[in-house]
Order: sequence, then C-alpha cells, then structure tokens
Amino acid sequence: MNIFLYDASFEGFLTVVFESYRLKIVPDTIVEEAEVLPLFSDNVLHISADEQKAQRVWKGLKKKLSPAACSMISVVFLADDPSIPMLLFRYIRKAIDAPKSIETNFGDSDVLEAAKWYKKVGREAERVRQFVRFQKTEDDIFFAPVAPLHNVLPLAVEHFADRFSDQKWLVYDTRRKYGFFYDLQTTVEVTFDHLQINPRIGKINPDMMAEDESLFQQMWKAYFKSMTIKERINPKLHRQNMPRRFWRYLTEKH
Amino acid sequence: MNEATLQKLKTLAESAKYDVSCASSGTTRANKTGGIGSAAGLGICHSFTEDGRCISLFKIMLTNHCIYDCAYCVNRRSNDIPRTTLTVDELVTLTIEFYRRNYIEGLFLSSGVIRNPDYTMEQMVKVIKELRTVHRFNGYIHAKSIPGASQELVREAGLYADRLSVNIEIPTEQNLKLLAPEKDHQSVYLPMSYIHQGMLENKDERKKFRHAPRFVPAGQSTQMIIGATPETDQQILTLSSSLYQQPSMKRVYYSGYIPVNRSDERLPALVTPPLVRENRLYQADWLMRFYYFTASEITDKGQNNLDLEIDPKLAWALRHPEMFPVDVNKADYEMILRVPGIGVKSAQMIISSRRYGKLGFWQLKKIGVVLKRAQYFITCSELPAQTIQEIKPENLRLQLTEKKKSNPNQLTLNFSA
Repeated sequence: MNIFLYDASFEGFLTVVFESYRLKIVPDTIVEEAEVLPLFSDNVLHISADEQKAQRVWKGLKKKLSPAACSMISVVFLADDPSIPMLLFRYIRKAIDAPKSIETNFGDSDVLEAAKWYKKVGREAERVRQFVRFQKTEDDIFFAPVAPLHNVLPLAVEHFADRFSDQKWLVYDTRRKYGFFYDLQTTVEVTFDHLQINPRIGKINPDMMAEDESLFQQMWKAYFKSMTIKERINPKLHRQNMPRRFWRYLTEKH
Repeated sequence: MNEATLQKLKTLAESAKYDVSCASSGTTRANKTGGIGSAAGLGICHSFTEDGRCISLFKIMLTNHCIYDCAYCVNRRSNDIPRTTLTVDELVTLTIEFYRRNYIEGLFLSSGVIRNPDYTMEQMVKVIKELRTVHRFNGYIHAKSIPGASQELVREAGLYADRLSVNIEIPTEQNLKLLAPEKDHQSVYLPMSYIHQGMLENKDERKKFRHAPRFVPAGQSTQMIIGATPETDQQILTLSSSLYQQPSMKRVYYSGYIPVNRSDERLPALVTPPLVRENRLYQADWLMRFYYFTASEITDKGQNNLDLEIDPKLAWALRHPEMFPVDVNKADYEMILRVPGIGVKSAQMIISSRRYGKLGFWQLKKIGVVLKRAQYFITCSELPAQTIQEIKPENLRLQLTEKKKSNPNQLTLNFSA
C-alpha cells in the first residue's frame, strides 16, 4: 500500500500530486502527518511542501480547468474529512488525463462527489456569514466566536472586511484555534493561547464588554422572541434552517 | 437607548411580525470607504424564529397607531392593544447597532397610518434618508409605501430604499371593501404604478448618465392574505401572474390568515391558519417563476383550488399523462423541468452531464433526482420501470399519497382473540 504523508497544507497537497507523477506512484491513501497510519503501511512517503512544485501543478491545472473548477478544488480542500485529499487527487488526475474538460460530467462519481463537497463547504461558509454574532468589547473591538464543521473562515473573512470596514473585528474559530483580526486597515491571522470567554456559550466576560453591549443583546433577544408567530410554531423547520450546533454562540438562543 | 426603548421595541415587533416579506436580495451595493455595510447580490438570513421564518431584515413599525380599521389587521383602530411610536433617532441607532453585530441584513420599515398617508410617509422617509446620508449605511432597506401617499414622497423614498412594497392584502376589490371599508384597490395599484414608473424612468436615465442615483434597485413586492375571504386559488394565481407581468414586481407573498381579531363576524372562524394551502400557493408561484408554467396550466381542467394532498407539479403531471414518460437523455430542458421530482438544479445537471454519456437511474439518484416520484415519469438508459402509462394516473396517485406502512416483515400480535 502506497501512503503519502503531507503537512495538511494546500501547497503540501499539490506537492503530493507532483511527486506522484514524478515517481509514477499512485497513492492508495493520502494522510496528514499527525494522523495515525493505517495497518500494513509498507510504502510510506514523506512529502514536504515545496512551493515551486505546487506552483507547477497549479499552473497545469489552470490550463486544463476553468477558473471556477480551480477555485472549487481550493474550496473543497477546506472540508474537514479524511477522504478529501484522495478525492481531489482522483479528480485532478482525471482532469489532467482527460482529453477534454471533465468538470461538468456529473455522471462521474468523483466529479459529482467533489461538487457535493463544494456545496457543503460553501453552505458552511454561508452559515458562518449568517450566524456570526459580534459582541462589542470595551476597547471597541467586535468579537465573535465560531465553530464551523469545516475550515471555512478564510472563505467568510472577505465578506466581513467589506461589510464592517469601519469597525475593528475579530472572528475566532474555537475548534481550530485561530482567527482573523481586522484593525481598520488589514486582516491578519491570529492565534491565542487563552481566550477570555465563557467556553460554553462564547460570551466575553461582562467586565470586558462595552457599556451598552448587554442592553443591545437584551434588545435583540426581546426582538427575536417577539417575532415568533405562536400559531405557526414549527420546531423542525426552525432546526433545519438554524442547525443546533450553531445555537451555542447565538445571542438570541441563551 | 434604555428600558423604555426596549418596551417600545417589543410592542412594535409584535405589530410588525405578520408581514411576510423578508427578502434582502436583488441589489448590489458595495461598501464605500467610511461607510457601513454592503448589500450582497444574494440575501442573507441571519436568524430564524421558532416558527421557522427567517429574520433577515430588522422588521419593525415606526408606529402601531393607525387611523384605519381593517378587519384582518392587529393594529386596527378598534383593537385594544398597547400603542407606541419609535423616534427617528431610536430607529436609526437600533438599525446601525444591530447591523454592526451581524444580527441583521438591513431594515424593513413599515408603519400604521397616523394623521394622513403623506405625513406617515414623510416620517418614514426621514428615517431611511438619515440612515443613507448621515450614517452612510449601505445595508438593505425595504420600506412600505403607504397607500394614498403622494407621488413625490414615493419618489423620494425610492432613492433611499432598495425595495418598496404595497400590500394588496385581499385579492378581490369587493372583498377588500368588505373588510377594509376605507380602502380600495385604487389606493394599492396607484403607488404600485408610481414605483413602476419611477423604475422605468430611472432605467432610461441610467442609460444616459451611468452614475445617476438608482431607484428601488430590488424592485417591489406585495402580499396577499389567504383564507380570510372566499377567493379561489385560481383567482389568486391569475392575479399573481398578472402582477408578475410587470418587470418591477419581484415577489408576491402569500400569508395564511391568522385569526388575530377573533370577534369579527366578517372573518372565518379558523382554528389554525391554512398553512398547507399557503405552501401549495408558494409551490405554484415557484412553478410560474422558475418552471415556465402559466397560471392557467396550474389550475387547468376545472381545478379551481390546488390539491392539498399533492404538490401542483405532480397534480399537473397526473392530469396530463399524455406528456409522459420523458426521456431524460433526449428531452429538452423545459420538459425535463416538468417531471415531478426533478428540480431546477437537477435538470441543469442532467443537461450538462448527458453530453458525456447516457444517464441511468443510479446517476440520476446521485444527481439528486427524487426517484420516488420521478421514476414513473421518465425513461433513461436502463430498462424502463413501470411508468404512468402502465400504472394509470388514478392508481399512481394512490400509490404516491399512501402513508408509510409499518414493516411488512414485522409480525403483529393479535391480543383481541
């Protein structure tokens, strides 16, 4: 069994593709370095990310695929699932080997599977845009914790930067322990060792809140409650539209 | 901002919640430096109430005082409810602060009529003008156009709002007059035509001057109450389809009648709102807007009301067995769209995938076709299953509406013996 180990970065993954073509070895599975290896791993290759090799693969793909399909590959890569690297590897192989573009052939199971993951990741990013709730701190930073299923923060950050360009904000992925901070000029990636929030509901400590923050939270909660039409209560639809896993950090749900 | 505002907010939210529209789509406005907010092309729903409806816009009334006495409305003059008014300042601050916390996508401002329509409209324009010009707010704004307000005020509102709307409320004029004696259809259609005219003129103007200010870029919408008066679905759908003929009309909303005023004899005594009927009407609406159906097709062959048991597309297919089965590998897009169980997305995927090779049931299932319904109406590369031609529409209807039976392998114990 051929196993390729890589550093979990997109560059590393593209290097895996490069090496596989160079060595003429097709991986049976592609695994992150930190993961436990499967049994009977006889041929293990450690691939270290190489920018030049990755660039060559990416350039080649751009020739074979439309910009939309290329961006799809980079989005699907953000999905949190062990099957993703192999799926994308097969997709890329098919794209490179086929005489004409394969991207709309949904009769092919890999193309369809990739399209489905693309949709899933895109939907999760949309949910982050929907359900992020900022809390204003005393030093005028709007802070929001999130814990999405997939690593979608990079897809949502641009949206916040455009929309909230005149306020400082920080969106933090508590599951992957990193976030993005916008300081009115640029957005930078940040990590904290210790975040001073209530880990259960993501609230910042009351003494760190801006003066009117708790009033606006109260108002929003009251508004949310008043909007419900009692004659039409439909908990199933409610959960479908606003999945339970997001309730944890939603102001109106506490 | 204090406790008093909180109380006002509660009262006015209660009064505003029966308006259905919450769309925040159809307009694009990038944020400009120094401003706040943007309106993406597609709307974003920021929360969902426990009845499953979305909260995208901050839906609120300026005031719930009203000079009118419409039988179907919570805020009618003769109702004994707490009345209050939000100031322009309060409304603007609430909108901006909610927006900054990513609670909302924008503002949906509506109002009861105080003094006269023009005065009310003036107050509303003040709010949205201040948001746009003083606070440089670029989020979405939907404003109600008050029936009877002057053309100048509608024009001004249109410069700041993304969408304006006037509610028809009752589909026929005679019933509207019965329930709301102070209103007639003229008072609804006149502001609608102001909005429409404004949009057409603006379109011409923008051809000449590219940076001319836009006028209601997201068009207009309207709403009808379903089940308060005895109109048939056919009447309702015919009205909607004639409204959609106007390019400025983006959405018609249907609102199942909720008995907010139980004591009124002019209204039916409903226990629960007609939610299924409302759902069927929305499905029919979708068929008209995205599936190339006409209102007369949806209610053809003497169907005055939609079938509550099955959706309107399946109902149409069962009434027209001569059109089926459809060969998914050959038929054109419009015909594939008409197959029950195939939606817009699946139809598009079928069209693009069949260029690479013939499609079979397995692939259709993977694409997302609901084979449970579709199998009787299609043929593909595999051996045909039993189609509507063999089974006959009336049997197929029974088969598809049958409630799920318990597992046939499970033995039952007979305790009665």
